Amino acid sequence: MIKKEMIAMLLAGGQGSRLGVLTAKVAKPAVAFGGKYRIIDFPLSNCINSGIDTVGVLTQYQPLRLNTHIGIGIPWDLDRNVGGVTVLPPYEKSTNSEWYTGTANAIYQNINYIDVYNPDYVLILSGDHIYKMDYEVMLEFHKANNADLTIAAMPVPIEEASRFGIVITDENSRITEFEEKPANPRSNLASMGIYIFSWPVLKEALMKLSEQPGCDFGKHIIPYCHAKNDRIFAYEYNGYWKDVGTLGSYWEANMELIDIIPVFNLYEE
Amino acid sequence: MKAVGIILAGGNSKRMKELSMKRAIAAMPIAGSYRSIDFALSNMTNSHIKKVGVFTQYNSRSLNEHLNSSKWWDFGRKQGGLFVFTPMITAENSDWYRGTADSIYQNLNFLKSSHEPYVIIASGDGVYKLDYSKVLEYHVAKKADITVVCKEMPAGTDVTRFGLVHTDIDGRITEFEEKPMVATSSLVSCGVYIVRRRQLIEMIEKCAEDDRYDFVTDILIRYKNVKRIYAYKMDGYWSNISSVDSYYKTNMDFLDKEIRDYFFRTYPEVYSKVDDNPPAKYNPGASVRNSLVSSGCIINGEIENSILFKKVYVGNNCVIKNSIVLNDVYIGDNTRIENCIVESRDTIKANMTYIGDPDNIKIVLEQNDRFVM
Repeated sequence: MIKKEMIAMLLAGGQGSRLGVLTAKVAKPAVAFGGKYRIIDFPLSNCINSGIDTVGVLTQYQPLRLNTHIGIGIPWDLDRNVGGVTVLPPYEKSTNSEWYTGTANAIYQNINYIDVYNPDYVLILSGDHIYKMDYEVMLEFHKANNADLTIAAMPVPIEEASRFGIVITDENSRITEFEEKPANPRSNLASMGIYIFSWPVLKEALMKLSEQPGCDFGKHIIPYCHAKNDRIFAYEYNGYWKDVGTLGSYWEANMELIDIIPVFNLYEE
Repeated sequence: MKAVGIILAGGNSKRMKELSMKRAIAAMPIAGSYRSIDFALSNMTNSHIKKVGVFTQYNSRSLNEHLNSSKWWDFGRKQGGLFVFTPMITAENSDWYRGTADSIYQNLNFLKSSHEPYVIIASGDGVYKLDYSKVLEYHVAKKADITVVCKEMPAGTDVTRFGLVHTDIDGRITEFEEKPMVATSSLVSCGVYIVRRRQLIEMIEKCAEDDRYDFVTDILIRYKNVKRIYAYKMDGYWSNISSVDSYYKTNMDFLDKEIRDYFFRTYPEVYSKVDDNPPAKYNPGASVRNSLVSSGCIINGEIENSILFKKVYVGNNCVIKNSIVLNDVYIGDNTRIENCIVESRDTIKANMTYIGDPDNIKIVLEQNDRFVM
């Protein structure tokens, strides 16, 4: 019987229309970055550097370039006998075939894939973030808090907080409230779109909300968990993290690399 | 292709001076991102050879590190693959490899258990591209026992460090001199041979029976009147890196666009182990002309006609000309380096000057403490 403590599901299916012509022919995670990378290299490298050797990549929009880039995962040491990287496009079913209609729906359609590995925890990642993060530390935090769901969150300048999904926590880092792009933010802790779920909790939510059109983590799954009083915690992250989903932030993140000592320093060992 | 490959990579050369202290010749870095064995290995895979044995002995650690996976040259297959053979103690034998023929003899099971009818033997110190299947076609057409790949050297080259070959009109080798005192031919052996597998096993066994160990003197030269030994003349670039001078020149050849494009822009490709280094970075003070700068480098100074291997840091106001800087070198501010080869992992202090002579390239060894940048 196969058993993995935690596996990662990497959401890489979005069109990324805010990147304009850059994503006309390739999916956003396959957009080139920093002279020799593609955006998806960062979350994939984080996975293997955090000891996660099983990654499902959910693709939908223009997957050709993405598929050839991932291949069998050799560049990330993700070519494994058991686990490794698996590209998961939508597929036809005997009943109710559909595209991935939302982030959570994409996971829902791949419950079988996850169950094969019998994981305790599932890490949900986005394919459009530039950062280095040790997910293992986040998992320890999740376990220490006996959490059902842990959301990675980082402090942002309060004046920019209204662009993000903001979490409000108590003194134990437990999340008490969510605010999506609030006009008057009450906290500066922004959700990074990185989640660790205890798999039974996520699976139950996915089944429950399976009829929900366009089922989405931010809009449906997390509010559902919150409503039934699950233990939801914020894992505070203070390193470099950039969502490169817009032309402006994509430009900025690239150009920051040419600073004499870049904030996001790829040269240090 | 119906052949199994052998790469002889056990050698050391005194003429490489300090450069051979920590690595085998086959592991000598070439053209910024490669090692010399990459060329033979890539030729093998591009000639559709599926099974290759690499025989190592001198400082085999340096090579093993590079050959840590057969994937990089596409040998990671269920059938065939890349096999590295270092000397070992067995019930019959506890010697080092006493020569090239002996290294094959000690691993004869590798050949005996193969089923391919031919064997390609190549050396790990040649820089060239060659489709071995063309050589095999020639070998079969000539009904040869052994085919030796040869290269016509341009007039004026000092060829006395090579094996020299004389042939008749048909291409059959009539004379073979190993490193002669006086050059009598401009046709040199490239150290690449094709032999029928059973024929090779027979010759190697005979050789071992007579306590002879060297492939060139004890097989090629001894058998030249008995067996049909033919010379295959290759076109295209060929260079052999057996001395500091030839090593320096071979690297500098890659600054020539024609040679560089021949290797890296025309089919087939040269493969190597790939490192995950960030792109080379040129800071505001950098000025780079006619140079190869590899991934992971950070440049603040002036570079001209030079080759920088991976992860080299060049400080402010440095001047580096006509030099080779091997990987992981840190060069402090205001340092001047001309006509030098800087050994890998060196740390060079600020305000230093190292000037070599174009005819006598200086090797820089500086193992200073490195402070965090």
